[in-house]
Amino acid sequence: MAIIRNPYKTTGFLGWIDDRFPLTKLWKDHLSEYYAPKNFNFWYYFGSLALLVLVNQLITGIVLAMAYKPGAETAFDSVQYIMRDVSWGWLIRYMHATGASAFFLVVYLHMFRGILYGSHRKPRELVWIFGALIFLVLMAEGFCGYVLPWGNMSYWGAEVILSLFGTIPYIGHALQIWIQGDFTPADATINRLFSLHVVALPFVLVGLVVAHLIALHEVGSNNPDGVEIKEHKDPVTHIPLDGIGFHPYYTVKDIVGVTVFLILFSAVIFFAPEGGGYVLEKPNFMPANPQVTPDEIAPSWYFCVFYAMLRAVPSFFHSQIWGVLVMFAAIVVLFFLPWLDRSPVKSIRYKGPIFKIAVVIFAADFLMLCYLGMHKPSPLYTLLARLGTIYYFLFFLAMPIYTKIDKTKPVPERVTA
Amino acid sequence: MSRLNAKSLAPLLTMVLAGLLLAAPAARAQEEAKTLPFSDNAGNTASVQRGARDFMAYCSGCHSLKYLRYNRIGQDLGISDDQLKQNLIFSGVKVGEPIVTALPAKPAEDWFGRVPPDLSLETKARSPEWVYSYLMGFYLDSTRPFGVNNLFLPNVAMPAVLGELQGWQVKEDEGKAEQEGLPLKLVQPGSLSPEQYQAFVSDLTNFMVYAAEPTAKERTSTGWNVLFYLIFLLLPLTYFLKKEFWRDVH
Repeated sequence: MAIIRNPYKTTGFLGWIDDRFPLTKLWKDHLSEYYAPKNFNFWYYFGSLALLVLVNQLITGIVLAMAYKPGAETAFDSVQYIMRDVSWGWLIRYMHATGASAFFLVVYLHMFRGILYGSHRKPRELVWIFGALIFLVLMAEGFCGYVLPWGNMSYWGAEVILSLFGTIPYIGHALQIWIQGDFTPADATINRLFSLHVVALPFVLVGLVVAHLIALHEVGSNNPDGVEIKEHKDPVTHIPLDGIGFHPYYTVKDIVGVTVFLILFSAVIFFAPEGGGYVLEKPNFMPANPQVTPDEIAPSWYFCVFYAMLRAVPSFFHSQIWGVLVMFAAIVVLFFLPWLDRSPVKSIRYKGPIFKIAVVIFAADFLMLCYLGMHKPSPLYTLLARLGTIYYFLFFLAMPIYTKIDKTKPVPERVTA
Repeated sequence: MSRLNAKSLAPLLTMVLAGLLLAAPAARAQEEAKTLPFSDNAGNTASVQRGARDFMAYCSGCHSLKYLRYNRIGQDLGISDDQLKQNLIFSGVKVGEPIVTALPAKPAEDWFGRVPPDLSLETKARSPEWVYSYLMGFYLDSTRPFGVNNLFLPNVAMPAVLGELQGWQVKEDEGKAEQEGLPLKLVQPGSLSPEQYQAFVSDLTNFMVYAAEPTAKERTSTGWNVLFYLIFLLLPLTYFLKKEFWRDVH
């Protein structure tokens, strides 16, 4: 029986595979002949690091689930069982807990990179939107995982977050009880959050990551100059003049980034696994206790920006829903970023002073909100949180105006060294 | 080049962040009693061994360490099973069993007002300094059921179990309190001198730090090995590999 030979003319075992499955094609399209701009800088490490941390979370998560026992009576004890009796269980658990914080850290830096260099601009709108969806799912995944050890902060964190559903008019209360499966966070809640954390959400997350990469490889990577390398190709080979094969050039470069990351990651895991109370909080060393509220209920540091916004919004018309809506809007607004930026240039290198100042204040504002979300509110803090929230939205919603009137510098034809 | 790029953003952001971090804590007043300085050392095996002996003698009657097994202590601190049975196990259980108090929960609640908490993770849930200070902080208070109160856990349910060792303290007036130490004055000496009692409480706290994370020693020693290989082997290897490959990129 005749077979259509693969276009790469590979022979032997690989040829047999290639005639039936696009192995060489996938390798070339996504690695060896995926041409990335040669001028990536420091900020471009965080994409591959995010992938590394995702794999870390999946593998350590699978191992943890072998010894963890969801349930109000068993969860806390089983975590201590992992920490003390399971061989290397402490390492796996610290890698997973620290990995969660690391995931958000690299994702925030990765997103900020996108804002700096206009990586969300045409034709990369879908790359950005898939990324924003990943961020949204990651937040849900982080919350579910946070509840599972069933320490006292897990319990009260669950109480606060799930009560957000209760603010929805008319159906809120019933909806909250339906989601919780009980009148307060309880045994049923842990089991369903466990199911979401280990099955549903990772499944969606991995799918979105694949979509993010497929979209990226379709349009090609942006770069710190924000110029399209595909506009200047070698007339014979049709390879972008400023492009280099992702493999081996960026694989070997990213491995250096991975090594530096692993050094910092190991320093936390082995020498400060509680991360000064930010990776593992003190109240979470006490089992969940509905009778004892921790001194301060603060979510994990990576949610604190949004938590600060939630608390900053006062209630109107006897409803708390406004804070929830503002918090949700703070994430929704990210999806519109590709269309909010009207600057004729992509990269901050060629943008004008207004954008540069706006983005520096935005970064400071983000850190301030993060700080405010972690600390008890006071009149001053609430005022700062309100101003910070207003600026957060102003940065995005006023972007069509200020990027349009801002001065820009001429963009070079080719990437700069 | 005068352009404001990512490199020049970094120091600016660092300055803004540093300003925030420095300014903000000043706005918050410290409300709880200030704990005594204490540097825990769970790596001091002799101290942790003494702490284990003292915990079993003075604490385990009411408090469990339910996540810690007797023979785990034995393995980590170099105590044989026979020594464990003779000196540390008072309840007659097997060496592989966890340390669970014989005190039944229901009567305990009737006697003390609450069940004495499990102390496996106490130094992590609070802090080693807190545990040390708490054990130093009992004072006579006739309004309390057991005649004592505590600076660090007001209206404490626990009687001053270590009172016979430490002696009995009374609270000093706010104004007279010295800068150093606690605002407490020893009015009746115990069987130990203040220095001996401090050493006793240090041992006990060190043992509890050990009990909260028996794998801590293994963690740090593994950590040095991991960091050594990452920094001195993997980092140069990957760095020069990258340099070699990138030589032909112009």
